[in-house]
Amino acid sequence: MTTAKISYDTVEVGTEVPMREFQVNRADLVRYAGASGDFNPIHWNEKFAKEVGLPDVIAHGAYTMAQAARVVTEWAGDPGALVEYGVRFTRPVVVPNDDKGALIEIGAKVTAKLDDEARTVRLDITATSAGQKVLGRARAVVRLA
Amino acid sequence: MALDQSFVGRTYPPTAAYEVGREKIREFAESLGDTNPVYTDPEAARALGYPDVIAPPTFIFTITFKAAGKQVVEDPQLGLDYSRVVHGDQQFEYTRPVRAGDHLSVTSIIDSIKSLAGNDILSVRGEVHDKAGDHVATSFTTLVARAADAEVEESR
Repeated sequence: MTTAKISYDTVEVGTEVPMREFQVNRADLVRYAGASGDFNPIHWNEKFAKEVGLPDVIAHGAYTMAQAARVVTEWAGDPGALVEYGVRFTRPVVVPNDDKGALIEIGAKVTAKLDDEARTVRLDITATSAGQKVLGRARAVVRLA
Repeated sequence: MALDQSFVGRTYPPTAAYEVGREKIREFAESLGDTNPVYTDPEAARALGYPDVIAPPTFIFTITFKAAGKQVVEDPQLGLDYSRVVHGDQQFEYTRPVRAGDHLSVTSIIDSIKSLAGNDILSVRGEVHDKAGDHVATSFTTLVARAADAEVEESR
């Protein structure tokens, strides 16, 4: 599902990227652990997670970060258009051991048009799970068509 | 116990090149449930001007994290307690997307070491270059080794 590239000229400060929902369960975390090579047991072993003081198994921060990137790059129409991207992991996404797991809601908004020549814009991203903000200072700079 | 400040600025030797394969990119995209064809279909990637399939933007982290893990986090002289490490924040600067066929090498540098409320906070930069020596991306990773006695409060 390739989307058409968004043109820099059609974007204004305040342009919103529609909110998307991502459901993440334990199996997703195990798959991500395998694909990413991050086998830290806090992402799949409930006993271990609790022993080190976490409420339960938590999603990899980079997993949530990846889904947030996707919201921006799918809107832009090109995942290779990302110039800068950064987040702070403010709260863990706690993933209970049931059929549903956790729901992450991600949206973004254009907060600056940075460079008319390079056609870059900055977006601020919001990501929440269970009513809590899970990413802080989440920002992306994207080069638009 | 606070980490040794003298490690700030330490640069580790470049890693052996990681060869990026199409199937590894596919596996990574599938683990995210991301069906964008630029990750799996070379034709779709070429339509966007890339020579082969590209990787999702955060794929680079798997390479820089491995480098930081093997060289920095497990550096016995540094003495970080990996079992208490959580990912604090993560930034990327991209020169171009990672693509199938890349051979990527990471140079890890310790940018800063801080101690806050008993937590050790370690910032590691990973400079990623391709086989030709051209810059692909820079990763800025902050790892937090949580203090052993802070866990009760943090888990509330």
